[in-house]
Amino acid sequence: MSAALGFASWALLVAGAGACLVGALGTLRMPDFYTRAHAASLVDTLGAGFVLLGLALQAGWGLVAAKLALVGLLIFFTSPAAAHALARAALGRGLQPLLFGEDAPSKR
Amino acid sequence: MFAAAAAGLLATLALLLARAVLGPTVFDRLLAANATGTVAVLLLAVFGFLTGRPDFLDLALVYAMLNVVGTIAVLKFFRYGSLAE
Repeated sequence: MSAALGFASWALLVAGAGACLVGALGTLRMPDFYTRAHAASLVDTLGAGFVLLGLALQAGWGLVAAKLALVGLLIFFTSPAAAHALARAALGRGLQPLLFGEDAPSKR
Repeated sequence: MFAAAAAGLLATLALLLARAVLGPTVFDRLLAANATGTVAVLLLAVFGFLTGRPDFLDLALVYAMLNVVGTIAVLKFFRYGSLAE
């Protein structure tokens, strides 16, 4: 039983770290701020979710798993609010999204 | 196992730092700062497990709260020009 649990938590941890990497790579390669915000939210949701779940599996039932669940809940509720505020502030400041057909500023 | 996850998270931090340096607008930098905060929380949790010290999770919890409040405060400054209404 613990071997399966160990393997599951190992897989979740590596998947979470991979999701964080993909999200960070997305923020680098996306042409425009709003697509970067879209990619960066991958770090908050999938990356944090898998890593915290993998750690919770490793810790089993107890105070440590409760703290991990608390951190997960906090990230679950606050990171969308922060991403929303970020996009709204950028739009309010007049940062126009890059629409279809236009070239990225770097390519112009 | 934890070292592999920690290595992945450190690589993520490096990529986000590159975006923070390159970011043309201030909001790109803020985006990178916000994502760096979340990755720092995860790194704290993983490192707590790596060294077998459960009290790192309290640090991760506090840092997660501070990260959001900091991002919102800096956002308000750049959106409205000043923190005082």
